[in-house]
Amino acid sequence: MKSSTTTPVIDIQNLSFAYHHSLVLENVNLQIQERDFAAVIGPNGGGKTTLVKLILGLLTPDQGKIRVFGRPPREASPDIGYTPQDTEINSSVPMSTEQAVLMGCMRGGGGWRRFSASDREMVREALTQAGAEKLATKQVAELSGGQRQRVMLARALVTRPRLLVLDEPTANVDSQGQSEFFDFLQKLNDQVTIMVVSHDLMVLSSHIKSVVCVSKQVHFHDRPEITSEMLSAAYHCPVELVTHGPVPHRVLAAHEPDDNA
Amino acid sequence: MLELLHMHFMHNALLAACLAGIVCAIIGTFVVINRIVFISGGIAHTAYGGVGLAVYFGFAPLLGITLVSILASLVMAWVSLKARNRADTMIGVLWALGMALGVILLDLTPGYHVDLMSFLFGSIMTVPGNDLWLMSGLAVIILCTVGYFYHDFVALSFDPEFARVRGIPVGFLHVLLMLMIGLSVVVVIQVVGLILVIALMSISPFIAERFSPSPLRMMGISLGLNLIFALLGLLLSICLNVSAGPSIILVASLAFFGVQIVASSR
Repeated sequence: MKSSTTTPVIDIQNLSFAYHHSLVLENVNLQIQERDFAAVIGPNGGGKTTLVKLILGLLTPDQGKIRVFGRPPREASPDIGYTPQDTEINSSVPMSTEQAVLMGCMRGGGGWRRFSASDREMVREALTQAGAEKLATKQVAELSGGQRQRVMLARALVTRPRLLVLDEPTANVDSQGQSEFFDFLQKLNDQVTIMVVSHDLMVLSSHIKSVVCVSKQVHFHDRPEITSEMLSAAYHCPVELVTHGPVPHRVLAAHEPDDNA
Repeated sequence: MLELLHMHFMHNALLAACLAGIVCAIIGTFVVINRIVFISGGIAHTAYGGVGLAVYFGFAPLLGITLVSILASLVMAWVSLKARNRADTMIGVLWALGMALGVILLDLTPGYHVDLMSFLFGSIMTVPGNDLWLMSGLAVIILCTVGYFYHDFVALSFDPEFARVRGIPVGFLHVLLMLMIGLSVVVVIQVVGLILVIALMSISPFIAERFSPSPLRMMGISLGLNLIFALLGLLLSICLNVSAGPSIILVASLAFFGVQIVASSR
């Protein structure tokens, strides 16, 4: 990794972060390279969302350095597409899908005429790219969990970002929909670096390229494997992978001793 | 009935009702979609302290209401940003404190007993011309601010985290929205009084929400409803010779329950 000549997409060095004096992330070092498809796993409260918010520039680290495309996160934000957790969205706001995606075109605050014809054209393209072109005139409140996820993805894609950060994108989607969604992300991954926070380990393991385990400390695994050691380190309890029926899955390789542990 | 419309006080009453209707339609829409009806009620009631201050120190009550509304909305903004999960208690305490201060200051004012009811329930039939100018000025400020920041306020209401990532100044806009609520309280107090502000801000946007594909449409429908409620309320108050503010709220509330019953029976 360190011998790589290109600038990493995400470069975090010696980063620590605390909420109200309780340490959430401790001495994090993490490099994500171009075209990676990284899964972020870990227990609830382990710091996954905090890590995401630091990368987006929504939080500033107490210690250490964070660079996205070689720049401070806030400066890099035009190159970052983001979908927050589904619970962040207030569905009592009456809004068409097209309007929701247009939000992705916004820059800074204020203005009498906010959206140009080319913004609307980009919205159409993003909706098509996300397979949601038929939903353009629907109301966000009418969408199913899976449809809403596609629309939020379109909103993240509308500015043609080079990095996609998705926080639990399939939390309200059935397993069929999850698998389709990750197939779709895999296609996008030809052009875009992807970082996805998820609990859907079975679906993840057949699509991703690397794993980021977050539980106060952060461990990077440069292979698409989720081993039982990683699970128990990340979730503090032995986890059994159980599956029924024709769910795509793979047998995972045994975990090797981790030299940065 | 028609000759009533030509009387001077009736002109002022209709103008005041229209101003309140416009302001409540616009700000009420954001109050309803953000579910902060309680905050707007808190600001309105805290503003009663402003009546007490104005009477005690001898300046215009509407000026006192304006100053205290602005102060209250800034405090509410700070509380709802910094102590979100304790905000309801803080709002409740400010609500009561404002009312208590208002009453105590009025008690302490020697020899002068202002008509309490006119601030509690409005005095639309006796709105002075000067107050109409202040109300119009505030309505223009609110219209321009919401016009300029419309999409930002919508983004803030829909998904604040995403809005921040897109570089929208979410904290500033939150304070600005609270300030707009404070200013609209000032406009509405003359019409329906501070106790009934909540009703005018929440009833018509809530009804409109069912039929609206966007916040802008919601504002338009609410505006129409508010004007109808104000006109019917004024007529009712003249016919029955009862207070105008409560009559407007009575009409609006009947419409609210009517729509609820029709909608739930479908």
